[in-house]
Amino acid sequence: MSNYEITFIVDPVLSGDEIKGTAQTYVDLLQNEGCVIVHVDEMGLRQLAYPINKRSSGIYYCVEFQSETGGVIDQMELAFRRDERIMRYLTLKLDKYGVKYNDDKRKGLIGKKKKQAQPASVTPRTEKPKPAPVESAPPVQKAAPVAAAAPVAAAAPVAPVVAKEEEE
Amino acid sequence: MATSRDDIKFLSNPKIGQKRKKYCRFRKFGIKYIDYKDADFLTQFLNEQGKILPRRITGNSLKYQRKVSTAIKRARHLAILPYVTDQLK
Repeated sequence: MSNYEITFIVDPVLSGDEIKGTAQTYVDLLQNEGCVIVHVDEMGLRQLAYPINKRSSGIYYCVEFQSETGGVIDQMELAFRRDERIMRYLTLKLDKYGVKYNDDKRKGLIGKKKKQAQPASVTPRTEKPKPAPVESAPPVQKAAPVAAAAPVAAAAPVAPVVAKEEEE
Repeated sequence: MATSRDDIKFLSNPKIGQKRKKYCRFRKFGIKYIDYKDADFLTQFLNEQGKILPRRITGNSLKYQRKVSTAIKRARHLAILPYVTDQLK
């Protein structure tokens, strides 16, 4: 038994029932082949990062299932390729960490991150503090000379005063 | 003039030139699986053009850099992340 994960994007032009029906046909196909459906995640309507088939958004579905052999996947992918309603698909075999991650995510153990991420994902363009840590390394070094100059300037006035006192 | 003083030892802060040690965040925090559906997380490893940042900047170990890059490539295929762009951040 190994765990697999299929993510696919359904055309958003279809009506709500059709979209659900499309996803359901594939879930049924898996069940008919003797797979155990672990979870069906409806990720909903999302903006695509680039247009696919002249569509700028799509409905994401993510199905995790267990299968004895991988034989179903060939059938699934063939069906996806023939189906015009499916814009993209991706099949993965999950390793043990992937299974655990998905499990934890469903239980809400990774939910803390998710709660922070969700407000950010509504307005992804304005979300800036998170990417900063990676990028901040070079700017800090660049800023350093400026910062270095300041203490020198600040220290300079102090030293002459001390010197004068000693001369007197 | 050149008397030694305890409080003025250096003209500039000696810590400024030092580099902070890079580390692999996946090893440090015990992250074993990188989700390709989590776009917010993956953007940390991309520059403004959507290119994958090198290891010498992110500090990832080779094992996890490979996993990051596969996750990003999967996300690109599913249009979660763009292949090319100008203002990602």
